[in-house]
Amino acid sequence: MSEKKKSKHIIIPCSGIGKALGTITRRATYIVTEELLPNETDTICLPLLTIKDEDTVRKIRETPCITVDGCVAQCAKKNVEHHHGKLEGEIKILDVMKENPKLKPGTVLDIAPDGEKLARKVAEKVVKIVGDKS
Amino acid sequence: MKIKPKIGLVSCSGEGISEGMISRVATRRILEERDDVVTICLPLFLAGGQEERDFAKDNPCITVDGCSKMCASKGVKIYGKVQPKSSIVISEIIDRDKRLKPKSKSRIDPEDEKLVHETMKIINKEIEKVKEKEE
Repeated sequence: MSEKKKSKHIIIPCSGIGKALGTITRRATYIVTEELLPNETDTICLPLLTIKDEDTVRKIRETPCITVDGCVAQCAKKNVEHHHGKLEGEIKILDVMKENPKLKPGTVLDIAPDGEKLARKVAEKVVKIVGDKS
Repeated sequence: MKIKPKIGLVSCSGEGISEGMISRVATRRILEERDDVVTICLPLFLAGGQEERDFAKDNPCITVDGCSKMCASKGVKIYGKVQPKSSIVISEIIDRDKRLKPKSKSRIDPEDEKLVHETMKIINKEIEKVKEKEE
């Protein structure tokens, strides 16, 4: 009997274009999917959920999702919830900032070293959720 | 006196493809260079309220999409119930010169600057066209 292929965890950042925190959600996601857990995690284009792309909606219903949001609007989480996706965790960057008040991220196009540090802290939280749920 | 609406630039910023990073960076750079454009986070069309959905009605929109799925363009049509004034697709720019294809979805490499600049040039041109038509 062949071993059942373990489904990957999908990390979904909001990628907000208006604030540096949106870029940090995106950076944190790539740190997880490309550096820390490349075999266990993947990402998708959030806008595909916004336009109700059928394949993407099916994917988030079948695969555990962790959302990473940059502001109170929580677009990533709300898009997943709207489609009844399998939400296994959510991270709000604003909470991570409160835990690390000395880190002052730069701009949307250049998050600066503090933004990178913040992204790594967020990435660690994502890794912990994946570990706890695996 | 009637105040002219700003041009709405809507980028897909797709996380899953390298072209999404190009759409995001090119759009953001234009926003920082010009004062006649505004933007909205695309996922807010679904996650936000009526005010966000009215963005495309209130501002003539130019969409900047990474691929042929054209999420930004479709988002404007679905939620704003209007057609974008212009739709730019990064994969179509690459089709005209395959050497421009970016390798990474997580960063802009020095060799990707050419594609970012080409995209910005097209966005600026489309902004001028839309402004001319709106006057």
